[in-house]
Amino acid sequence: MRALDPEAGLADRISEICADHAHLEGPLLPILHAVQDELGSLSEAVIAPIAEALNISRAEVHGVISFYHDFRTEPAGRHILKICRAEACQAMGATALAETAKARLGVDWHGTTGNGAVTLEPVYCLGLCACGPAAMVDDRVVGRVDAGRLEDLLVEAGA
Amino acid sequence: MKVYVPRDAAARALGADAVARAIEAMAAAQGHEITLIRNGSRGMIWLEPLVEIEIDGVRHGFGPMTAADVTGLFDERHPKALGPVEDIPFLANQTRLTFQRVGVIDPLDLPDYEAHGGLAGLRRALGMTGAEIVAEVTESGLRGRGGAGFPTGIKWNTVLGAEAAQKYIVCNADEGDSGTFADRMIMEGDPFCLIEGMAIAGIGVGATRGYVYLRSEYPDAIAVMNKAVRIARETGLLGASLLGSDKAFDMEIRVGAGAYVCGEETSLLNSLEGKRGVVRAKPPLPALEGFLGRPTVVNNVISLATVPVIFEKGAAHYRDFGLGRSRGTIPLQIAGNVKFGGLYETAFGTTLGEIINGIGGGTASGQPVKAVQVGGPLGAYFGPEQFDTPFGYEEFDGAGGLIGHAGITVFDETADMSRLARFAMEFCAVESCGKCTPCRIGAVRGVETIDRIVAGDATAVPLLEDLCETMKDGSLCALGGFTPYPVLSALRLAPEDFTLAREAAE
Repeated sequence: MRALDPEAGLADRISEICADHAHLEGPLLPILHAVQDELGSLSEAVIAPIAEALNISRAEVHGVISFYHDFRTEPAGRHILKICRAEACQAMGATALAETAKARLGVDWHGTTGNGAVTLEPVYCLGLCACGPAAMVDDRVVGRVDAGRLEDLLVEAGA
Repeated sequence: MKVYVPRDAAARALGADAVARAIEAMAAAQGHEITLIRNGSRGMIWLEPLVEIEIDGVRHGFGPMTAADVTGLFDERHPKALGPVEDIPFLANQTRLTFQRVGVIDPLDLPDYEAHGGLAGLRRALGMTGAEIVAEVTESGLRGRGGAGFPTGIKWNTVLGAEAAQKYIVCNADEGDSGTFADRMIMEGDPFCLIEGMAIAGIGVGATRGYVYLRSEYPDAIAVMNKAVRIARETGLLGASLLGSDKAFDMEIRVGAGAYVCGEETSLLNSLEGKRGVVRAKPPLPALEGFLGRPTVVNNVISLATVPVIFEKGAAHYRDFGLGRSRGTIPLQIAGNVKFGGLYETAFGTTLGEIINGIGGGTASGQPVKAVQVGGPLGAYFGPEQFDTPFGYEEFDGAGGLIGHAGITVFDETADMSRLARFAMEFCAVESCGKCTPCRIGAVRGVETIDRIVAGDATAVPLLEDLCETMKDGSLCALGGFTPYPVLSALRLAPEDFTLAREAAE
């Protein structure tokens, strides 16, 4: 994430990102990932420059952003903790683990702790189904998460 | 001395990186010359991180390892020693065709890949016509491993016969089904195998471009696949001249954005085009009007990664494994509350009971098995009385279920089937693309109706069954159409779970 001059800087930077992806077939998802990776979220302000670069309507860009769980319109906390809710992890106690996490952080799904350290997100399968319950902190996967390991992860993340 | 520590996400999730660092530190401190190789996983997840040391050409296993266990690893006896890895019954009893190299080689070492049978299939295919390639796949009996079980050769033949300036190979790597991790394991453990399979598909049907649509929940697989594609381009395995031939094929990795429904092929194609991942009505078939309206092969990772071995060993070799119309091998993924969880590749035909109790060793908790969900979140729950069902497409269909992507999730007695049924509806509501009404609205009403049943309203049971009928018959794709499988099977398997709360209230 880098600091940007709010108005002109943002539109210019997004145009650059769009130009970098112009050669792709179906460039919108790669562009949205790239913009979100850089800015942390896809605010209202990013829609118009993307729409213009791809020659599609703002409604189409908005529609795509709102369809996918990964795209967020508000910035997340400094770390994102994803806890798997899917069946294989449920079989190993994921539901109770998620309740523990919510109580410990004082947030519900999609919520961010008051100190801005952690955003809690549900995830439906991390492919760690033989070592559940599974979680992911940013891009790091963790298996067999029990209350103790969860607490370690949260402390590490500054929650 | 060669030392192997898996880089597979499951091994890393259980501490493989710390183990690898500890081994390197100890080797440096003790003055041992070691070559540390980060291989894929052998699939014995309960032994991960599984460290292997090559002694006199035989790989000896140690696991499950922690960083603290590393002390004394190079000495005579170690408490975590497992003996020669390939003698461990779980591994020795498998028929590894698709997964022959996973866990064995360094995933990003192309010469190592070639030394273990890699590229032999592509070299053979390069000497064949498109029609011969398609015929070989048809002959092998390979069916779509993503879950639908459609014969791969027939799909390829449709694309081969379509006239277009540009055709595509799209690999569906949106492995969202809970209980499945075979796609992830092969992409992390043997990425060139998938690339080779896609290249063979490309020259077979006359497609020069390919895409892997890979879910964002798999950052490790994304990183490995991107590196593998780069290496493949640099070495001429991909590009304008495949292995120096006159055939061209190139591919790209595309990352999804967290929508389960994008595992459905038409929704995936929309997503790849940069649209909302909404399901398309069929016809037209993607084979005729797929990506950007052009003829497209859409195949699952395992289907495509099985193609190289079919060409390496011949269609007949592959076809001779299996049962009935389910030919070849299937990578079973044994998951959930199970003692020996992991990936087990074997010929079709093993019974469900043998898989769970024989191979899987029963539950991890030691309690009796209550239910097993086969085929992901849209698959039916099976009870122990159905454990004699042999693993095959038709056999599971006949038993009121499906094999899907061959994920098998085990639950012990503590499972509450009414909660699992409710979860299935809730999941469908969260993930519905919204295009068809039975799925979009039916799933929400399904959650409400199950809540009514559990709250004590027995009249809502026929309503739930009726709703499931409507979703089954009226949904555009498998999300709405198959959600009734887990719901109704849970109700059939444990009706008491739906009434306990009600009785407690009375």
